[in-house]
Amino acid sequence: MALVKARLNRKRLWPYILLAPGLIWLMAFFVTPIYQLLTTSTQTPGVNIGDYIQTYRFANFIDAIVGARAQFLRSFEYAFIATALGLLISYPLAYAIAFKSGRWKNTLLVLVVAPFFTSFLLRTVAWQQILGEQGLVIKVLRGVHLLGATGHLTATPFAVVAGLTYNFLPFMTLPLYASLERIDPRTMEASGDLYANAFTTFRKVTLPLSMPGVVAGTLLTFIPAAGDYINAELLGNPSTKMIGNVIDARYLQIVDYPGAAALSFILMVTILVMVMLYIRKAGTEELL
Amino acid sequence: MKTATRWFSRNLIRIYAVLGFTYLFIPVLYTFVFSFNNSTKSNLVWRGFTFNNWRNPCGAPDVCNALGNSLKIGLLSTAIATLLGTLIAFAIGRYAFKGRSLVNMLIFLPMATPEIVMGASLLTMFLNFGINPGFATIVIAHVMFCISFVVVTVKARIASLDPRLEQAAMDLYADERETFRRVTLPLLAPGIAGAALLAFSLSFDDFIITNFNSGNVNTFPKFVYISAQRGLPPQANVIGASMFIIALGVVLLGQFVGRRRNGAI
Repeated sequence: MALVKARLNRKRLWPYILLAPGLIWLMAFFVTPIYQLLTTSTQTPGVNIGDYIQTYRFANFIDAIVGARAQFLRSFEYAFIATALGLLISYPLAYAIAFKSGRWKNTLLVLVVAPFFTSFLLRTVAWQQILGEQGLVIKVLRGVHLLGATGHLTATPFAVVAGLTYNFLPFMTLPLYASLERIDPRTMEASGDLYANAFTTFRKVTLPLSMPGVVAGTLLTFIPAAGDYINAELLGNPSTKMIGNVIDARYLQIVDYPGAAALSFILMVTILVMVMLYIRKAGTEELL
Repeated sequence: MKTATRWFSRNLIRIYAVLGFTYLFIPVLYTFVFSFNNSTKSNLVWRGFTFNNWRNPCGAPDVCNALGNSLKIGLLSTAIATLLGTLIAFAIGRYAFKGRSLVNMLIFLPMATPEIVMGASLLTMFLNFGINPGFATIVIAHVMFCISFVVVTVKARIASLDPRLEQAAMDLYADERETFRRVTLPLLAPGIAGAALLAFSLSFDDFIITNFNSGNVNTFPKFVYISAQRGLPPQANVIGASMFIIALGVVLLGQFVGRRRNGAI
């Protein structure tokens, strides 16, 4: 009897034993740091530079957001445009791979991911040089007078958004492909049999069935794009700075820990709220 | 004329795909081409073809030190994250337990948090506790953000397993442990391998979180970022191009092995 009970207990404990190491890691190095971030965000400067004491100054949040409002809004604007462009580029691509590629399917899938085997930073630097002053593109564009002699491509908002769009494309394409591939082609045939034309079939059958991929892909693009500062740093100019640039500078250069912490916290909460609303609205809560 | 437009509209999606792939590959091609550039310092202008950079990939100062660190960090973080993440995926996929939604939330949150927030908050904690950032803190950070991706990948594989295969093993008098070792684990292996590959590439490529928590330890992305301001040496392109070839080789080999295995069954 005691043995049976012990076995039963062990069985009930098993999942917790399996969960423990990973969850402890996440509690210690994800949750605790976020809590530390929150406590730091209400501190004020002490006697020495870089010293901060807890004074529960919640106005730090207001100061932070007022000081960086432009960059904050710009981050969401750029991330939004990059996500929309990414969806426009990736959806037909994923569709072609899922339905039109025949025996090349696996090869094409590998090719979508392959560019991302060269480092993210190397590719951004490559774009910087391709579009830059010494690059080929600018010479051609100036040659055909599409661009004035002083016109440039890098150090523009256009370049930053293009970089953001490019860098997160596989995060958009792969989930889209995964949900398109799962669609039974007979549902589309049935729609055709019921006299829907290609466009109606797409709007009423294919697109709704691929929504989980759209939601996952847009989230996986929007979240990292909103917090990114590499593209703005390498492809932009001082007036294209994003919230990531501000946090990075406040933290690592100005050593204003409370300000940087307050901004980080606001960024995180804003994105989480947007994500929750979006998932609820799109009705794909199984993603959680 | 009419046949031309018809051909065009019929192949529109294929033309589109070709354009899409061209866009994807332009910077990769650029990186490859300029790895052969005969330049010593800044690698901006084409100065002629040479094999020197490939013959001497460590020629630029600090580049191989940074690469070595990235590889060490990547392997260590991948091993730990794959183990911890697979255990969690097992618990979620195979057991009923209290607090499941809380666990799912904890797995989801790191994926929905921008890197800069995780980087800044980890550094805040390390500073508050008086821990100097370095090699160990980078590994800690990388494991943290890789776990969720491992869980999601392996969980999907567990969900797609046919439970009848394990029942069959039990019917053939295999006990729980043997069923796990000889049926479940081999079936999950491709999913776990995929998760490990994903974790490695996330770790190897990470810049933002690493930049916050690395102290003065150099990694390859950090090296690229710092030297991009003065001009990137062609050796960086050589390493980028090699990583591309190696990773592509691993993936294609995996597909080949997978296909042969499927063929055998």
